[in-house]
Amino acid sequence: MEFQFILKTIAKYWPMFLRGAGITLYISIIGTVIGSVIGLIIGIIRTIPMPEKGLKRIILKIINGLLSAYVEVFRGTPMIVQAMVIYYGSKQALDIDMTPLFAGIFIVSINTGAYMAEIVRGGIISIDRGQFEASYAIGMSHLQTMTKVVLPQVIRNILPATGNEFVINIKDTSVLNVISVTELFFQTKSITGNNFKYFETFFITCVIYFVLTYSVTRILRFIEKKLDGPENYTLLDDELEEEKPKPAVLQNQNIIGKH
Amino acid sequence: MEKIIDIQHLSKTFGNNVVLKDIDFSVNKGEVVCIIGSSGSGKSTLLRCINLLEKPSGGKIIYKSENILDDKHDVREYRTKLGMVFQQFNLFNNHDVLGNCTVGQINVLKRSKEEAKKIAMKYLQVVGMDQYINAKPRQLSGGQKQRVAIARALCMEPEVMLFDEPTSALDPEMVGEVLKVMRDLAESGLTMLIVTHEMGFARDVADRVVFMDKGVIAEEGPPEQIFNNPKQERTREFLSRTLQQNPAYIPSDSSEAQKIVKAI
Ligand SMILES: Nc1ncnc2c1ncn2[C@@H]1O[C@H](COP(=O)(O)OP(=O)(O)OP(=O)(O)O)[C@@H](O)[C@H]1O
Ligand SMILES: [Mg+2]
Repeated sequence: MEFQFILKTIAKYWPMFLRGAGITLYISIIGTVIGSVIGLIIGIIRTIPMPEKGLKRIILKIINGLLSAYVEVFRGTPMIVQAMVIYYGSKQALDIDMTPLFAGIFIVSINTGAYMAEIVRGGIISIDRGQFEASYAIGMSHLQTMTKVVLPQVIRNILPATGNEFVINIKDTSVLNVISVTELFFQTKSITGNNFKYFETFFITCVIYFVLTYSVTRILRFIEKKLDGPENYTLLDDELEEEKPKPAVLQNQNIIGKH
Repeated sequence: MEKIIDIQHLSKTFGNNVVLKDIDFSVNKGEVVCIIGSSGSGKSTLLRCINLLEKPSGGKIIYKSENILDDKHDVREYRTKLGMVFQQFNLFNNHDVLGNCTVGQINVLKRSKEEAKKIAMKYLQVVGMDQYINAKPRQLSGGQKQRVAIARALCMEPEVMLFDEPTSALDPEMVGEVLKVMRDLAESGLTMLIVTHEMGFARDVADRVVFMDKGVIAEEGPPEQIFNNPKQERTREFLSRTLQQNPAYIPSDSSEAQKIVKAI
């Protein structure tokens, strides 16, 4: 009886479910990507070594203070409330008329950014000092050290946490229905407004959410594996290492007669 | 002889902890200098001051007649002239062996990828790691890692190589392979400054041995002097302590070194 009705509901309303799922995925993907970039930038700024004195130190202190405030505020308040404050606040106080979709992406992004900032900071701190020093020792700049050595490792290490944020975002975009973003939850509510079959309709939605989060988890696992490269290395030649004659380079290098 | 590094009145303090006191010290071109001394005597700090991983608190570091502590001096340029090998290898974990050897060449020396690879292969061959270019650091043994770290430094074609206890983190059976590479480098005429606990190695390879104690250079001289006839009482004490506690520091094939142990 119910199963039949579920099939009927799908047959009748599938375009709405599909559109809702599409919007949910769209907001979560963009929100996670932008949020990760925000987190990466903040994480980098917060790990710049503090200069001993001077104007640079003061500026860095102020920036760090502002960034901490941002992280704390967004981690310390519910996203559903942030959505109301930002969407209606910008309309009334600043006279900015955002579309709900734009507001949704904005809110998810800065929310994710606040969480990712901490994750990135932890990731950078976890890279041992030695690699920084080895990089400086061959003449690389701080920026080169970050982009060529540290961040690739940080990004690899925080990938699981990022995936986690993505999954959370897929679920939490549902709160954006309070500002009328037409994501999956909002669409489901609209459907039940017509058919009054709450259990069947929301059951379908439940399955859709699970399929989304589960696929994302699997895909990210796969990417992690890819990034790690092969389990074993291959030797260049297949003959085993033997006592080789002294390489020619060394003999040629005998510039300074010694001993 | 041409002085390549000339250190004058160098001092370093951490907070109120005076680690280096008024160090005067120089390295000549083509010379192999070994620094020995007990733990905490400031050997690493001296090496790290030389390539500015630590900022000296006072004094001068003259590199080829230029004071590199002048504000206007280009630190990064200077660092490319010094190759550094660390106790803990410090390979870049996100790069394979080849990448470790090319990333500096490409980004700092602005060499092309092909040229960087060619030079990397040349020095990986010197350390006997040219077959392993596809391996990631985590797939290598300690001795192999350290040989790659040496190749990484050589790829920048430095004028001086600094080694900070390159074999101290290695299992005993891997010490030999790294020391052999260093021996080859020393024979090729490279200028080398080596902090080491390997007394046998220092004795065989060094042109000059520097003994550090409590932040000062207590004694320096040719290895025969330091090991056979130390002038200072504290050098004598240090050597007898080290050699007695750890006769393993001396390779058994070095009969000369065995004599020292017996003499002490
Ligand atoms: N970053 C630092 N901050 C404070 N003190 C330091 C720092 N680095 C080194 N020291 C101190 O400086 C002194 C000399 O240290 P250093 O590492 O140079 O000794 P070392 O001769 O290399 O010893 P070892 O043989 O154990 O490596 C030690 O007392 C150490 O505690
Ligand atoms: Mg040390």
